[in-house]
Amino acid sequence: MSWFNRIFFRKRRYDDLSVSIQEHLDERIDELVTEGLPRSEAERTARREFGNVTLMRERSREVWQWEKLESLLADLKHVCRRLVRSPGFAITVVLTLAIGIGANTAVFSVLNSVLLRPLPYPEPEQLVSLHLNAPGAPGLAEFRSELRLSASMYFTFATHNHVFQSVGVWGPGTASITGLAQPEQVNTAEISGGMLETLDVPALRGQWLTGADQDAHGLGRVMLSYGYWQRRFGGDPGVVGRNIIVNSQTRAIAGVMPRGFKIVNYDFDLLVPIALDPTNERLAGFSYRGIARLRPGVNLSQANADSARLLNVWMDSWTNGPGSDPHWYLRWKIAPALEPLKNVVVGSVQTILWVVMATIGVVMLIACTNVANLMLVRADARRQELAVRSALGAGRWRIARELLVESVTLGLLGGAAGVAVAFGGLRLLTAIGPGDLPRLSEISLDGRSIVFTLVLSVLSGLLFGAIPALRYAPSRQRVALLGAARTTSASRDRQRGRNLLVVAQVAMALVLLIGAVLMIRTFLAMRNIDPGFSDPRSLQVMRLSTPETVVRDSTTVVRMQNSIVDKLAAIPGVLSVGFAASVPMSGTEPSWDMIMAEGKPDVSDNAPMRLFNYVSPGYFRTAGTRFAAGRDFTWAEIYQVRPIGILSESLARELWGSPQAAIGQHFHEFASQPWFEVVGVVEDVRENGVDQVSPATVYWPSLMGDPSTPEKLGAWRTVYFAIRSNRAGTQAFINEMQQAVWSVNANLPVADVSTMQDIYGDSMARTSFTLVMLAIAGSMALALGILGIYGVISYAVSQRRREIGIRMALGAKKSGLVWMFVRSALVLTAVGTAVGLGAAAGLMRLMRTLLFGISPLDPVTFLAVPVLLVAAAALASYLPARRTAAVNPVESLRAE
Amino acid sequence: MARNSEQRDLFPGALEIMILQTLRVKPMHGYALVKHIKQVSDDLLQVEEGSLYPALQRMLKEGLLEADAGVSAKGRPTRIYRLTEEGHRHLEREVVSFERMFAGFNRVLAAAKA
Repeated sequence: MSWFNRIFFRKRRYDDLSVSIQEHLDERIDELVTEGLPRSEAERTARREFGNVTLMRERSREVWQWEKLESLLADLKHVCRRLVRSPGFAITVVLTLAIGIGANTAVFSVLNSVLLRPLPYPEPEQLVSLHLNAPGAPGLAEFRSELRLSASMYFTFATHNHVFQSVGVWGPGTASITGLAQPEQVNTAEISGGMLETLDVPALRGQWLTGADQDAHGLGRVMLSYGYWQRRFGGDPGVVGRNIIVNSQTRAIAGVMPRGFKIVNYDFDLLVPIALDPTNERLAGFSYRGIARLRPGVNLSQANADSARLLNVWMDSWTNGPGSDPHWYLRWKIAPALEPLKNVVVGSVQTILWVVMATIGVVMLIACTNVANLMLVRADARRQELAVRSALGAGRWRIARELLVESVTLGLLGGAAGVAVAFGGLRLLTAIGPGDLPRLSEISLDGRSIVFTLVLSVLSGLLFGAIPALRYAPSRQRVALLGAARTTSASRDRQRGRNLLVVAQVAMALVLLIGAVLMIRTFLAMRNIDPGFSDPRSLQVMRLSTPETVVRDSTTVVRMQNSIVDKLAAIPGVLSVGFAASVPMSGTEPSWDMIMAEGKPDVSDNAPMRLFNYVSPGYFRTAGTRFAAGRDFTWAEIYQVRPIGILSESLARELWGSPQAAIGQHFHEFASQPWFEVVGVVEDVRENGVDQVSPATVYWPSLMGDPSTPEKLGAWRTVYFAIRSNRAGTQAFINEMQQAVWSVNANLPVADVSTMQDIYGDSMARTSFTLVMLAIAGSMALALGILGIYGVISYAVSQRRREIGIRMALGAKKSGLVWMFVRSALVLTAVGTAVGLGAAAGLMRLMRTLLFGISPLDPVTFLAVPVLLVAAAALASYLPARRTAAVNPVESLRAE
Repeated sequence: MARNSEQRDLFPGALEIMILQTLRVKPMHGYALVKHIKQVSDDLLQVEEGSLYPALQRMLKEGLLEADAGVSAKGRPTRIYRLTEEGHRHLEREVVSFERMFAGFNRVLAAAKA
């Protein structure tokens, strides 16, 4: 019989049953009367013999039902009816849960998309990053934890390894594209052979770059990204085989990569072959990032062992030129530290995401305790009803089940609304998310997120439902007591559950608040660091490349850059203009090497690395970088190619003790160079972000070399122009800037136009994102915690009105009564604070990597937050406690 | 009603088979069923109403029985239960397996005596 029939015919079956049973009883009564019993006696006997008619009817009916489900449905109906009757309660709970669950779902979706989902390459677990450490490398800090690969290393790894299917290296770059519309600067990924084979994603159109494209003497083809293909070629399928002018050179298009394809983390427009020349490479030149695909069955430690062997092969088979010691690099203690490619893609965001997830999880717990409190109050109001039902034979489990059905229903309603919140939250999150959040485009609400929401909804429902269920599903013995509770004060027992919840809430809120305050203090500490430039809001930055194919002669390049400076300076509202090979925090590293100081012992074997930058006159003034001593370059000196340089303050102190002492001293990079005179010393600049140590920096003139022949001169061709103006960042200003550039040379593409504030903000994005998340979570926790205290105290006051009345009648002072309640709240807060401080001390260590300039156990924070919390708790309890004053003792006593 | 354990502890399926066997002779209503079983077993077996009606519903659901509107001996409206085709087949199968079981029982008891 189909379920439809069953339900349809069930009514008839029930009627049949009633008729049968009625007739059965009647017949038995008749029989008993015939046997001589009086009618009334006969009826009683018949019924007694028959047993519990209702129970039997129920049992008989159950045959036709999915009994568990239907009684659950009946409970559900009951629950819904009661919720509709108290919409205020239902809405409060559902909204609280919706926000809690929504926030959790949103963060989980991010976590899932960024951390849990595999990388979008075939068999991604085989992909490794060829990460090398060089703890012995002096100078630049980043070398010690990450040494990039040189071309010779790549050749060694690609040819001699036993563990990889393929190896590739790459580096980000830019290129000017002309001939399409306006000249345009695009992001390129320069890739070696083996790169596409390693990532193993087939081309969408056309084919991969091949070995022939990597010929150092030819002009290899290029590949387009999906986005660039759509943007510039309208997705034209005939684009394969066509030509494109890259840096003024005509190159053929080999193919198009599919949508979403990235080189590791890097979103490129154009794939360009590096075209390394194995006959012309040296040991040095550590500039490429390497990746490899492990052979099946090879693990990371085997790959590391083989790589260590390969590094020896590398030193044995290459040189840095005649007379140099190829094993010199042994001092650098280069060691392979291969890691799964996913670690590189995900990067430091991992910590942030787990911290945010944990934080939001704690907020959810606090929300649950608040809801549990509401449920307790509600169940308390139903005490009498539950007692009666219990007396009528409802089992503990039966009552507990109904309470749980109610809480899980609320949980699921909250979860459903939470999905909507999560949907909006994700949009918000990706909008405010840090610029360096990897895999941002892959973030979505998928099946796993929905399952997570469902599980979370049910679990939270069970969690906050379990507390009233345990309390109000009484054993038979307690039933009698419950009815009598009407005129007594709340027993300790009844208050204990709510007190525990308050302690838990205070503890959790404290942990979150301490986290949030530590982040705020980190943020302030970073803000207080002088980054080495001033007022980033009025500093406009743009990047300009002059390929050799556009202007061949180096002096002409500098003259052209000089004219652009003049044109830009002539724009109304511009205070000053300059350029440099790199601006702070842009992620560009023009160059680095060691220098030798005149009169100091030659320690070139173990000299520390210095960051090199190449600057124009006026750059420091424009950026707002202070001179600690000496002066700036002049244009005349630039054109004369005078051997002069400017040092960073820390470098000057290291070499000559003080900035003043450094002026007039000499240094150079190679013995073959003339000595360069130090003409100026500038303050240290936080090149790699405010939370990173300022590297020791040498600023060279932007035109260098041997002035005797133009061919031996070198100019820095990709430079950042810095423009100081109050109009920075406005579109009109940017347009005028472009016009100024094009009035000098119409073939120059302007790129990366931004204000220094954007760059500065990006470098703080990780901190500010964590800060915002923790601050939101912390304030939610504080608000919920305060509400919890307020609720408990005001409920206690309302429950103890009678007692208060009696106390007042016996002469208790009002202030004493108020203090009684405030004190009880403060005791709870104190216990919660103690627990919270302990938990925070343990948990904040996990946040160490996110903090800057502050200890995870910062005493100020650990003192201030509890004080704040206790003050808030005092206020939250004082307000409801004051209502005791309104109690009229006569009224209270009259009810007795 | 006496509630001796001897009377109550029927093995599973016994009540069902008694109902089926009784109704095979002639369709009857609930009260008559109880009376009939009691009489035929010389008061040794007594069917509890608390078990009878759920059992009847179970058998209705399994399609072994069908209930028709009818009147009792006293002329009151009631439902008369009768066997369906499926009920007949089920009874035959059950009787065979019961007889086999009793035969086995008897042999074990005899062996134990010997």
